[in-house]
Amino acid sequence: MDVIEQANRAAVDRMFAADPVLVDVIPAVEAIGFLAEGHKILHAGPPVDWSRMCGPMRGAVAGIAVFEGWAGDLEEAAAMAADGAFEFHPNHHFGTVGPMTGLTTRSQPVMVVANRAFGNLSYCTINEGLGKVMRFGGNDEEVLARLRWLRDVAGPLLAEALRSGEGIALKGLIARGLGMGDEMHQRNIACSSLLVRELAPALARTSTDRERLGELLQFMSGNDQFFLNVGMATGKAIMDPVRDIEASSIVTAMSRNGTDFGITVSGTGDRWFTAPVEMPEGLYFPGFTEADSNPDMGDSTIVETMGLGGFAMGASPAVAGFVGAGAASEAANFTRNMTEITYDSNPEWTIPAMDYLGVPSGIDIRRVVETGIVPTINTGIAHKEPGIGQIGAGVVTAPMACFTQAVHALAEQLGVS
Amino acid sequence: MITVNRVRRAFYLDSVALMRHSRVLAGMDGVAEAAMMMGTPANQAIMREAGLLDMDAASAQGGDLIIGVRADTQAAAEAAVEEAARRLDQASTQITREEEWRPRSIRTAVAAAADTNLALISVPGAFAAAEARKAVRRGLHAMIFSDNVPLDEEISLKQEARDCGLLVMGPDCGTSIINGVPLAFANRVPNGNIAIVGASGTGIQEVSCLIAAADSGVTHAIGVGGRDMTDAVGGLSTIMALDLLEHDSGTDHIVIISKPPSQSVARKVIESVAESSKSFTICFIGAGSLELPPNAQFAGTLKSAALLAVGREPDDLALPTPRIAPKGRERIRGLFSGGTLCAEAQIVLSNLGRQVVSNAPVPGAMADTDAKDADRLIDLGADEYTQGRPHPMIDPSVRDAELKAALTDSSVAVILLDVVIGFGAHDDPAGHLAHLLDGAQGDAPLVIASVTGTEDDPQCRSSQAAKLERAGVLIAPSNADAAALALACLNR
Repeated sequence: MDVIEQANRAAVDRMFAADPVLVDVIPAVEAIGFLAEGHKILHAGPPVDWSRMCGPMRGAVAGIAVFEGWAGDLEEAAAMAADGAFEFHPNHHFGTVGPMTGLTTRSQPVMVVANRAFGNLSYCTINEGLGKVMRFGGNDEEVLARLRWLRDVAGPLLAEALRSGEGIALKGLIARGLGMGDEMHQRNIACSSLLVRELAPALARTSTDRERLGELLQFMSGNDQFFLNVGMATGKAIMDPVRDIEASSIVTAMSRNGTDFGITVSGTGDRWFTAPVEMPEGLYFPGFTEADSNPDMGDSTIVETMGLGGFAMGASPAVAGFVGAGAASEAANFTRNMTEITYDSNPEWTIPAMDYLGVPSGIDIRRVVETGIVPTINTGIAHKEPGIGQIGAGVVTAPMACFTQAVHALAEQLGVS
Repeated sequence: MITVNRVRRAFYLDSVALMRHSRVLAGMDGVAEAAMMMGTPANQAIMREAGLLDMDAASAQGGDLIIGVRADTQAAAEAAVEEAARRLDQASTQITREEEWRPRSIRTAVAAAADTNLALISVPGAFAAAEARKAVRRGLHAMIFSDNVPLDEEISLKQEARDCGLLVMGPDCGTSIINGVPLAFANRVPNGNIAIVGASGTGIQEVSCLIAAADSGVTHAIGVGGRDMTDAVGGLSTIMALDLLEHDSGTDHIVIISKPPSQSVARKVIESVAESSKSFTICFIGAGSLELPPNAQFAGTLKSAALLAVGREPDDLALPTPRIAPKGRERIRGLFSGGTLCAEAQIVLSNLGRQVVSNAPVPGAMADTDAKDADRLIDLGADEYTQGRPHPMIDPSVRDAELKAALTDSSVAVILLDVVIGFGAHDDPAGHLAHLLDGAQGDAPLVIASVTGTEDDPQCRSSQAAKLERAGVLIAPSNADAAALALACLNR
């Protein structure tokens, strides 16, 4: 018991000591050399092959294969995928995270977040905006054109601006965002705005093409979720140094691929504990219902893993409205419930409306199993068919089976029967 | 299908709020689809795909709010648009009271209230000891309401608690009052200078209520659980309770209530009493008189324990005038919800020379048979009556079948009942009984009852008594008095 307590203290201390900074935007292949050879596709969640992939993930795979020039069109891409022409790996195995389908391939630009306290780097693609997008399984010409623009225009502009300075420190920016109503998963409007404010001067100085600079600023300003991917890379940068602490029962990643939900735990290293992913409960865009929705998907649950998203609902009361008859005034109770399963509260990330309660941090698998309370996750909802995209947003819970398996595995490893 | 649009220029609402409004509109009669969205290009694309946008609305800007409805008829569409307008024009003035958050674990409960020093545990028995250990390891006293806790768990838990200077009340502890706060099945009793330590829930309730009726009050009533004074457990909690009360300056006198304990435990308890600076009343129900140190006196019944504790004579009788029970019948039938009240009644009747049988016999009574020549006193809280159903204190209908049988039994002269009220008990047990007694025949047995409770209890003792009196029940001031009164009515 004491061994686990000490390990968990160390784990959460590492979370709180992290110093994540947005430093660069580079092609994925430069960040992850592994992508250089062959047709490699990194995806959200625990490992999954084509035969078990959900509709939107398949749609995104077809789209990205066309984008990378591996296939002439979507049909050919799907046939190639079925034929085993692509190699699939989880983002998480390469210091990377991606929202929803979360595909990462070699020529996509990725944002680089450095955890200066521990020296590790993490990566995430640039958020595509709302509407029909690849992360929700969209793959038509409009989607692919935007990906090309991100690669050819947005990525290089952002890279130049970031390289001209010391990078953008993210911990304090997130702290301010929490105070302004973001929970960093479903609400990122404050942090997106703060980030644009931080980036704008350097962009103005480094950009030589006003037209393109205008496009980029308009794109960022029109995308309330722009910061989501930055926050996710932040989560990955914060949680990776928490891995591999012997005996620690703290969760280091939660992630879904649209088929399975998987978690990793510090004391059990990179081993995934998986269970069938659950269906989100939420509100739908006009023309869509629950019958159209795909099961939960994405690496974005790294946000909850570091204590934000569903764990910080109290900072973002409107988000509580996604759940059933949820009143905004009940948002704080979502956050308080998460204190049942976490090790500590973050002293820097606090919620003003909850008397500066620190966000519940460090999910302890033992407490999840003991209390029967599973993590609450704020999420977007994708259409279950490929190529359609986002149809709603809501709240979902992590499956208990992941946590019970992990507790058994950790107990076995520690020789506890 | 008809599509109707309205645009509110320069009107902003949060997207979640709009989605919630949209859901209501879409559910209205005759409406196929409906949405309210801010008019950004992305939102307009979504509405167009859903067939909710006509040319007029498409001119809306990002700061304009678009209402789109597709419906079977013009009237249905207009009704939905009206509803949308109503929702937009009426800002909510409703004050929702935030639902109070309840901790789900001892850890977070303590975190939320740092000065907590006691945990009440009511979970299935298999888990109760584990939860109690969590409480003890956080420095909390524990009251365990749960039963079916394994004996070895009880012993090791109580040992661990004792080593930390903490008290474990229970398992199967139904009643405690700590600092005037009733816990589980307990009554609202005034504060005073008397403490009670008891292995029996209804015993504590009866004694504390009789103390209240005598215009005195209690500091604490500490339940220790039915097994505490057995050889196996060795009175661990009883001794710990006496230690804690020894240092409680508000307590002058201590009443100890139990079935007759094992000899070794009785010796331990009496040793502890002898060393104490307080005075004591020892009520070992059904035991013969004991050799006691000078600061202690013996009581054979709950009633005499309460009277001794408040400084009155133990046999102080204030019985109401007896009535005549039906002639030609001899037997008393007792139907009890409280186990200790049943035991006390057996002792009173045995001591008065009656032959008593019971499903829970005290020393001197016999095991239950259908013997027609004995008084039959039944504990309806015993396992055979409560398997798979609530305790009769919670659900008085557990007594119905036995009561109906007794009312028509031509050998029964008097029916003896206990009515236990207070927190946790049924909200109107007297009303339930009165309803049942209403249908009784003219030659039915005489019914005598006592009400264990106080005026301050939610059910109120006097109004429960009044209901019973109106139904023809003779009310005694205590359970022991009710038994004595039964005999007095027979002997007239």
